[in-house]
Amino acid sequence: MNIVVCIKQVPNTNEVKLDPVTGTLIRDGVPSIINPDDKAGLEAALRLKDQFGAHVTVITMGPPQADTALREALAMGADEAVLITDRAFGGADTLATSTTIAAGIKKLPYDLIITGRQAIDGDTAQVGPQIAEHLNIPNVSYAEDIKVEGDTVIVKRQYEDRYHVVKVKMPCLITALSELNQPRYMTPGGIFDAYREKKVTVWTVNDIEVDRDRIGLKGSPTRVFKSFPKSLKAAGTVVQLDPEDSAEYMLEKLREKFII
Amino acid sequence: MNLQDYKGVYVFVQQVDNKITGVSFELIGKAKELAAAMDTQVTAILLGYNVESLCDELAEYGADKIVMVDNEALEPYRTEPYAYAISAIIEKYKPSVVLYGATAIGRDLAPRVSARVRTGLTADCTKLEVDLETKGLQMTRPAFGGNIMATILCPEHRPQMATVRPGVMQKIKPVKGAKAEVEKLDLEFVPNHNYVEVEEVIKKVSNKIDIQDAKILVSGGRGVGCPENFKLLSDLAEAIGGEVSASRACVDAGWAEKDIQVGQTGKTVRPNLYIACGISGAIQHLAGMEESDVIIAINKDESAPIFEVADYGIVGDLTKILPIFTEKVKEAMAARQNG
Repeated sequence: MNIVVCIKQVPNTNEVKLDPVTGTLIRDGVPSIINPDDKAGLEAALRLKDQFGAHVTVITMGPPQADTALREALAMGADEAVLITDRAFGGADTLATSTTIAAGIKKLPYDLIITGRQAIDGDTAQVGPQIAEHLNIPNVSYAEDIKVEGDTVIVKRQYEDRYHVVKVKMPCLITALSELNQPRYMTPGGIFDAYREKKVTVWTVNDIEVDRDRIGLKGSPTRVFKSFPKSLKAAGTVVQLDPEDSAEYMLEKLREKFII
Repeated sequence: MNLQDYKGVYVFVQQVDNKITGVSFELIGKAKELAAAMDTQVTAILLGYNVESLCDELAEYGADKIVMVDNEALEPYRTEPYAYAISAIIEKYKPSVVLYGATAIGRDLAPRVSARVRTGLTADCTKLEVDLETKGLQMTRPAFGGNIMATILCPEHRPQMATVRPGVMQKIKPVKGAKAEVEKLDLEFVPNHNYVEVEEVIKKVSNKIDIQDAKILVSGGRGVGCPENFKLLSDLAEAIGGEVSASRACVDAGWAEKDIQVGQTGKTVRPNLYIACGISGAIQHLAGMEESDVIIAINKDESAPIFEVADYGIVGDLTKILPIFTEKVKEAMAARQNG
């Protein structure tokens, strides 16, 4: 079984801070990580490898420094890594990104493709289902459990108030939730192999078969019109009283607002 | 693509077990505003099996027209038959705008459709406006975990598509007896390799009220300290007639269930009263609750960012304050009932 796992290197948004003066993002010094949902997807693939001896390839589209994320995936146990990188891909929205990644995946053997549900920097959850559409294969999103039986994948698919147990024939694409599992750590030997034994294959726009009008900024139907820091409403009153007076204070305010 | 050929604001109506999901009414409410600014109409797209009885409700909430596809293949939800139906509707009716709820269904369906019809899709919008000059849709969404807002356009492609966070837009007050023009569309569903099989449907048992419907929320964060202390919150919630919600930290720690999580990766809420107990107020949390009418925050740390959005902030120990406050609320409620 050949498994392709799509990962994205993201800034750890929990550590992103806003410049209080300019209101812009301070990205310097913010560590880059493998997107958490993607890492759970990778772990799911590695467990299938442990179970069935699957061959796991990780693929990402990004700047050259995304190599670090791929090395981490190799150190965790992935067999191969592909970096799709080219200035021509810059400015891509989800449609152009999924078109590019799908073109990369077409060059690889695959039975099962796993992506994370969504990336923490964009939170769109779009690229997985879009890749499946470009490849004309079924997708099952929001997987909380993945099992393989023969040529079929059985997915516990999460909804707000229920689960569906879904049976889907390979080849197919599954999007993984971080609740799926607890990803393993890299081992020292794994890290050694990732940098010394294994290599990251780099593909540019010339290495994949893709319509140039459908990639990068040019191939992106959406445009960012403007971005701005989130305006918070004006702060109210803050008091420090003993517990009894605190409780009385709150009650008073609720009465003023006719809530009680 | 001739942009002028595309007209109308369409809303994908999500129904589960033949019950319309709340966000669909919110979207129809918003679509009415957008349609007025674009000088066009609101069409509800209703997909499912034996769903005709839902049409009147859609009309009462503001749909001018309904395009309905009623077919066994559409029950329960599966990506492929839904994507096929929506794509067929887009091809036939050429809508200018298609809106979906940013739900576990909408966020699966909309990207698949966007790739099929090759148009743009903006995820998890919290604001939709019409550019008065171009009549184009301006879609605003949080990015970078809620740290910044971005306004997105889809200038050269149609339809302009967006998923919209539940709980953000306002539904209209239903107009009793309102009727909409219903068009039944017959589509042929031929199962292919993209069809999956839903072997089992497991409903999560919950007798709780959805936190998005609660008028009052008593919400706990890491500062609650331990799962046992959540009892203090549920006591207050019961006394004041509210529900308990939680921050991501509590859900990650296993103190609270995911379905009561407020924030960027949880639910967006806008209750009349939000009492934040021991919640520091990470930007991801604020994104999910700052629209609440009145916010009270109790936190030991006076520099906690939650105080920047709170109307009333109390610096103090919630384990001491909450029991006293709960008693006072009970007394006040009892006095009101007797008075």
